Amino acid sequence: MSEPQRIPARIASAKTMKKIMADHFLGIDAASKDPSKRVAWCTSVGPAELLQGFGFEVYYPENHAAILGATRKATEYIPYANAAGYSPDICSYLTADVGAYMQGYTPLTAAYGIESVPKPDVLVYNTNQCRDVQDWFMWYGKHWNVPVLGIQTHRNIGEVTREHIDSISGQIRKLAEDLEPIAGKKLDMDQFRESVRLSRKCSELWEKVLRTGSHVPSPLTFFDGQIHMGPAVVLRGTRIAVDYYEQLLAELQQRIDEGVAAVPGEKVRLYWEGMPVWGKIRALSEQFFELNTCVVASTYCNSWIFNQLDPDEPFESMARAYTELFIVRSDPVKEDYIAEMCEDFKVDGVVYHDAKTCPNNTNNRYGMPQRLTERTKIPHLVINGDLNDLRCYSEEQAKTNIEAFVEQLTEG
Amino acid sequence: MDLFAGIDVGSSATKAVCIDENLNVAGRGHAYSAADFEGAARKAFGQALEEAGASESDVKAVVSTGYGRTNVAFATRRRTEIDCHARGAYHYFPMAITVVDIGGQDNKVIEIDGNGKRISFSMNRKCAAGTGSFIEEMALRLKVPVHQVNELAEAATDESVSIGSYCTVFAMTEILGKIREGVKAEDLARAALVSVAKRVLEAHVFTGQVIATGGVVAHHPIMRKILQQTLGADVKVPPFPQHTGAMGAALFAAGAHGKESKDG
Ligand code: SF4
Repeated sequence: MSEPQRIPARIASAKTMKKIMADHFLGIDAASKDPSKRVAWCTSVGPAELLQGFGFEVYYPENHAAILGATRKATEYIPYANAAGYSPDICSYLTADVGAYMQGYTPLTAAYGIESVPKPDVLVYNTNQCRDVQDWFMWYGKHWNVPVLGIQTHRNIGEVTREHIDSISGQIRKLAEDLEPIAGKKLDMDQFRESVRLSRKCSELWEKVLRTGSHVPSPLTFFDGQIHMGPAVVLRGTRIAVDYYEQLLAELQQRIDEGVAAVPGEKVRLYWEGMPVWGKIRALSEQFFELNTCVVASTYCNSWIFNQLDPDEPFESMARAYTELFIVRSDPVKEDYIAEMCEDFKVDGVVYHDAKTCPNNTNNRYGMPQRLTERTKIPHLVINGDLNDLRCYSEEQAKTNIEAFVEQLTEG
Repeated sequence: MDLFAGIDVGSSATKAVCIDENLNVAGRGHAYSAADFEGAARKAFGQALEEAGASESDVKAVVSTGYGRTNVAFATRRRTEIDCHARGAYHYFPMAITVVDIGGQDNKVIEIDGNGKRISFSMNRKCAAGTGSFIEEMALRLKVPVHQVNELAEAATDESVSIGSYCTVFAMTEILGKIREGVKAEDLARAALVSVAKRVLEAHVFTGQVIATGGVVAHHPIMRKILQQTLGADVKVPPFPQHTGAMGAALFAAGAHGKESKDG
């Protein structure tokens, strides 16, 4: 008799992903050492396609910070940034990343033999997610004496208007002018359009991947999503990401056809709102698995879907895509979105992660869970934790809360 | 005799309850959880068996609960303390209730409808405010054994003394200031209990009958009065409030054997 399955089945495409992520980091490392190449740092929902239009190799420090979290190194390095004046209450991506850099540490060394994060020629942010990214990039800009450029977003946006789009696309055009001398060349409009086209394609496929979670039982979990979102963040705008998601989608489609569930015996389906707890992907994934509970969808993984991108209107469509994003929207818009997701994914409950150091991606602090539960009749749970700073996370309390929530959803 | 047992391995204390087929309590046990959860569970269980005049073979099912619920190797099933407190409290008060459980290191507020179904719950989270630890800190500061805090608080004469800080460290500094001003230990002890009550109650909207459970209420009977005053409503306490979770666990054990209580 075979042993009962104790942990979620692995997605086979992970092997391919590992390889393309390694190539990505090695490629940037090589570029940073090649005087003929230019490296740009970009925020995870920043103007990546424009940078690719200039031929920059693009590096995403949030991804690096998430690796620090996932490898449980973040908590060790955060205090160094705290000591330098960056409060324990601000973004723990920032503090982990800067703290690790101060101490000469990067997880890329153990993973790929890369000595240090790539030195940039320019750092480019968009405050659409938060102001912390700007401060983060300023620290490195000062350290390396390289320019820091950015887009200042609108916040709390209800309806996206012409004014929003004009303002943001104007800023992207201005950014293009400012990038020219740094890149040492003019923007290659063909390459720019191609990046926008590929980014759009990537995001359509990524959305389809995530949508497979609406199937009962779901072929993937939020925790799979956290791992497989890598290419959508750091390789969007390239053919590689498109190929990857075609492969992953086919695998998940096959799971659906064969009736393979990510959580066999799936009894409860949950929605995750807020940041992941990077250092606890495995522990949480196993706990939900044991409870026959599948976290089928999340706001977080869906944050890299930019279906507004249009190669015919690269500036305007980028402005639209990066403004229609969940994180910059008003609460009513966010609530409509979550309510619709809960319905589409046939969700039994919503888990809100109150991430101590990321108010920007924490949505339970202004009454949203109560309003949504009243509206959808779907119960909710709030767990306290953090994306990277495990000093803010009580595993015991989180576990008990989750277990008790599942008991509540399954009783009588 | 067929018995059913519930073991609640809490952060500070481990409680055991044995009930008979008619769901009447046959025996109770108590031990400090300390660093050996399994040992504490054994000890509390042993006491409960002794009180019941029974042996282990009489026990048909054991449900464990509490922080150390996974450490009870002899348990047949486990449930969270949220579920067990709800079940235990509803057993004594079968109506729409809100259970306020104040334990050594956490507190929980659980809302239950008239049918005994759990509607919502929340747990404190990340600090000592609103838990037994706050009282322990206070006792340490006043240099009195923790079990004398109740007696001290009963003798308070100035109810206007209050502790406003949320953070326990801030609160202790606040207390230092009050000691300097000559505020009496009795009034400070009462103020500490009021602070615990406020920290728990202020984070919720209460409807229906409130039931207080847990070690803090068990060891400080004055707490019921303080909770009532703070809430401005009646608060009921089940018998042996510290054992409510263990009682709920025992009821689950009996339920699994078809011995359903009227609360189902
Ligand atoms: S959105 Fe949150 S996690 Fe992301 S960079 Fe900003 S503060 Fe940090």
